[in-house]
Amino acid sequence: MRWFHYAAPQTFYGLAGAWIKPLAVLATAFLVVGLWMGFAMAPSDFQQGEGYRIIFVHVPVSWMSMVIYLAMAFWSILGVVFNTRLSGMMTRALAPTGAVFAFLSLWTGALWGKPMWGAWWVWDARLTSELILFFLYLGYIALTSAIDDPRRGDRAGAVIAIVGAINVPIIYFSVKWWNTLHQGASVSLTKAPSMATLMLSAMLVMAIAFWLYTIALVLYRVRTIILQREAHTDWVREHVRAHAPGGLA
Amino acid sequence: MNWTHIHWASWSDFWAMGGYGFYVWGSMAVTFLLMALEMWQARQARLHTLNQLQHLMELDAQDAAAAPAHTGSAS
Amino acid sequence: MMGFWHVFTRDVRLALRRRMEWFTGMFFFSVVATLFPLAIGPEPKTLHLMGPGILWVGALLSSLLSLNRLFEADAADGSLEQLVLSPHPLPLLVMGKITAHWLIAGVPLVTLAPVLGLQFGLTHEELFTLVLTLLVGTPVLSMLGAIGAALTLGVRGGGLLVALLVLPLCVPVLVFGAGAVEAVSAGLGAQAHVSLLMALLLLALLFSPWACAAALRIALE
Repeated sequence: MRWFHYAAPQTFYGLAGAWIKPLAVLATAFLVVGLWMGFAMAPSDFQQGEGYRIIFVHVPVSWMSMVIYLAMAFWSILGVVFNTRLSGMMTRALAPTGAVFAFLSLWTGALWGKPMWGAWWVWDARLTSELILFFLYLGYIALTSAIDDPRRGDRAGAVIAIVGAINVPIIYFSVKWWNTLHQGASVSLTKAPSMATLMLSAMLVMAIAFWLYTIALVLYRVRTIILQREAHTDWVREHVRAHAPGGLA
Repeated sequence: MNWTHIHWASWSDFWAMGGYGFYVWGSMAVTFLLMALEMWQARQARLHTLNQLQHLMELDAQDAAAAPAHTGSAS
Repeated sequence: MMGFWHVFTRDVRLALRRRMEWFTGMFFFSVVATLFPLAIGPEPKTLHLMGPGILWVGALLSSLLSLNRLFEADAADGSLEQLVLSPHPLPLLVMGKITAHWLIAGVPLVTLAPVLGLQFGLTHEELFTLVLTLLVGTPVLSMLGAIGAALTLGVRGGGLLVALLVLPLCVPVLVFGAGAVEAVSAGLGAQAHVSLLMALLLLALLFSPWACAAALRIALE
């Protein structure tokens, strides 16, 4: 069962370590290409002028904030089913990045909305759902930080991540319902009627860049968590000894 | 797709972003700033952990070295 | 079923001996309902517009307040462990506690709401809808809150932490509950809202006892 082999923290530590640099390099490459496409090549938008270019970061961070939460729920379910230690560590490693992206989605959304629709904040379904998603992230982080015992924290976090994930579609549906009934701002921040191919491609390239960045950063972060959790083992002691104080990688 | 065709006539046009400069650059700046902060924080956490674990190992080594002397004198 | 019944009656009996506690919940609800008009002004039209939302949020916050008590006392004297270790299925026993909690903390809110609703100038039809939605919605709030209370058992920052965890999950209940009353105000029917609330109730009944039982086991390990 090669999967269970890689689920052992020690093996995963090595595997993750090998992938970080290649992923980081790829992420940078995609970022540079995407920024070039979006900010140097792409034309102005007919309605929104140059202001539309915010979508080249807004859409990627929004997508990632949702993908990361799904990933957290996925790892949590794995942890519940297989009782692996790694699942809790991965979920904890994912949460901060997800929260940052959720915040950035709101921030860039506000900066996009102000010139376009005249208000820093509109209560449309997507922005409001994103705000609630941000709260769900904060809730997970608060809960896992408040519980001293790591394994109890992992398991409690898994429950809240899974319960949250089940609720996200319900929340989104209810907010959508709430929004249309109140004849609220019917703006759809991602519905660009017919985007030029170049704009679409640039957005896709940026999305991939952010996705690669996320994986690299989360793998980096989980390695630190593994060291903390497995501090009592021989392999960690060897590893710490091999890395001089004053810090190398 | 013409990779060498640049949309902007000048650098000042680029920074102005057709009047939307504040919003576009406000978004880009905060986005990359927060991502950089995240990377920095992750690195700090790793260094801190490595230092802390090394320190703990040194303490353990000291205890192990001291213990035989103590058990010797206790009898 | 006997397990459910025993736990339920025990909790109700205990709560009746500490009557001040469910008074506090009702009192808090009334205070919140009074604070808002003081804050936004006595203009009847505004109050009528905002009333359903204010009352629903007040009920939500009040039921959150009382959640800590759900497991705390039993955890302190060791009876919670007995509950978890008992041969009866834990989800059933947990439902007994949650039902008792709803009866003590939720139902008083439902009975108080129409009285407070009069302060906001709600019509009889609106008041009826308010009571109906609270009746269907407060059990869901109790069930979701129980999961939060179980997860945070004995954890520092308990009360606020539970609120942070549970409030986002309660958004659909709030939207459909308050929305139903507003729909009635607008002359549209509230059937859709109430049906959705009942669907949420069913969903909560189906999975929250198990989620809560799992959370309790995690907390007591």
